[in-house]
Amino acid sequence: MIELADYLLLSAILFAISVAGIIINRKNVITLLMCIELMLLAVNTNFIAFSHFLGNTTGQIFVFFILTVAAAEAAIGLAIIVVLFRNRSTIDVEQLNQLKG
Amino acid sequence: MNESINFSLIYSEIFLLTAICCIMLVDLFQRDRERKLTFTLTQLTLVTLIILGFNQLNMPLAIGFYQHWILDTLATTLKIAIYIMTFIALLYARPFISHRNLMRGEYYLLTLFSVLGMMIMVSSNSFLLVYLGLELLSLSLYALVALQRDSKLASESAVKYFVMGGLASGFILYGVSLIYGATGSIIISEVSQFYSQNPSNLISQFGMVFIVIGLAFKFGAVPFHMWLPDVYHGSPSSITAYISSVPKIAVFGIAVRILMVAFGQSIGDWSGLILIVALLSIIVGNVVAVVQSNLKRMLGYSAIAHIGYFLLGLVPATDASFSAAMFYIIVYALMTLAGFGIVIFMSVAEKDYQNVSDLRGLGRYHPWYGLMFTVVMISMAGIPPFIGFWPKLEIFRQLVLNGYVFEAVIAIAFSVVGLFYYLKVVKEMFFSEVEESPEITESRSLKVALSFNCILLVLIGLMPDSIYDYCLTAFNIIS
Repeated sequence: MIELADYLLLSAILFAISVAGIIINRKNVITLLMCIELMLLAVNTNFIAFSHFLGNTTGQIFVFFILTVAAAEAAIGLAIIVVLFRNRSTIDVEQLNQLKG
Repeated sequence: MNESINFSLIYSEIFLLTAICCIMLVDLFQRDRERKLTFTLTQLTLVTLIILGFNQLNMPLAIGFYQHWILDTLATTLKIAIYIMTFIALLYARPFISHRNLMRGEYYLLTLFSVLGMMIMVSSNSFLLVYLGLELLSLSLYALVALQRDSKLASESAVKYFVMGGLASGFILYGVSLIYGATGSIIISEVSQFYSQNPSNLISQFGMVFIVIGLAFKFGAVPFHMWLPDVYHGSPSSITAYISSVPKIAVFGIAVRILMVAFGQSIGDWSGLILIVALLSIIVGNVVAVVQSNLKRMLGYSAIAHIGYFLLGLVPATDASFSAAMFYIIVYALMTLAGFGIVIFMSVAEKDYQNVSDLRGLGRYHPWYGLMFTVVMISMAGIPPFIGFWPKLEIFRQLVLNGYVFEAVIAIAFSVVGLFYYLKVVKEMFFSEVEESPEITESRSLKVALSFNCILLVLIGLMPDSIYDYCLTAFNIIS
């Protein structure tokens, strides 16, 4: 039998991986986008697990909204990456260093 | 009453959404390169919203849509502030974007969509609406920042803004999911009831920390500030003017709903976090701004410092201190709009002049603009009788009344540091040797808007009660 704590642990691990991915990643902007998606999925796992064990559907409805917004967010993120690539012909995170001071 | 679906509570939002759809259609059939009709319709929409807002101002508190939606004086006041600032920001934007291939219908539509997102944020009574409003705002802003497609700096700042904004939303959502798990509800007033029954529930405290971090990200407070100067610097100036002022008011709205209402029973848990973040912001913002040579970056770090002062107002967590913080954020938004207005005004057709040294001689050759910029800088520094002084005074008064004397002293000491870089700008404008007049574009609409904004600053500085009364009414301190 899988307990609530197992689900929470899974989502905490996913969340930690995604935050670490955003902070450590030095290669590719697409990876950052994937990390943000992973973070939202960790949250979704949390919501679904709580919703099941509390026996109330609010969490599941919330997940629908998060999925929709995540799709819109991915679309805008990819559009921004296309703009970036057109301007610089690279999407390396390390090359994002013109703004500093 | 709470369960009802009552459309009279959301008629401003319905009106705005309808107007956006109409403007989108009108814009499609327009051949005019200057987009006069789109601009006029957008501004007319905002003026109508201001009138609707003042009509709603004295309505009693109403909750509807299964408790998800709340309409009270606080929400209406913040909305009116949002409309007015957006109106001014769009006036500034017009001459700037027409020279930069940005004069497209999307500019106005995205701005209106972000206004809709902010309206949802300030009226939300559940974490679901907080999230949806925040995302509607953020997604429009990411697109706005990236609108200048041929600029390397703008696309870099858009990526940074997007990643940091996504991270912040993720933190807020993770916190919300934990709070939902602990309380079984996402309605803010029910969360608050739960806290009064179980003051020290570990899961919900954990969630609260995540939400506070997410809010700090959105405000750009230290140590979550690294995106803010880059985004301010890289975005087109007219968009920087917008994102530095109006969204802060809306984030204040959700900070009140979450911190004061939802976590109102466990103030001790979050006020310590906010206090540390606020003091760090004041120290880092003021000290780093001193060494900046780019005007937009300097204003960015000064924004971090101002957010620090504003967050200090949340720390005592009384109604009076929240209304002082509201006063601060509204006044700050007006000041920063005027500040970036000058940056826009300094940008000639092809080139952006953004360095502090480019201001050299502005005061001699264009005394009216020099005078206006001086008023803005002195207001930001907080010298009486200009407007920036009064909200600072009010915040320090609340701090001292609630026993935070040491913190108030630190904040005052660092506002003296702040004086240095604000006055450095004034010195460059009036007292530096210069051979020729700086090259600028004269634009009548910009001149009118800037003069209006700066005269408003001076007038409010002489009569601070004219705004402060609204803030006190919003928190039911006076009626």
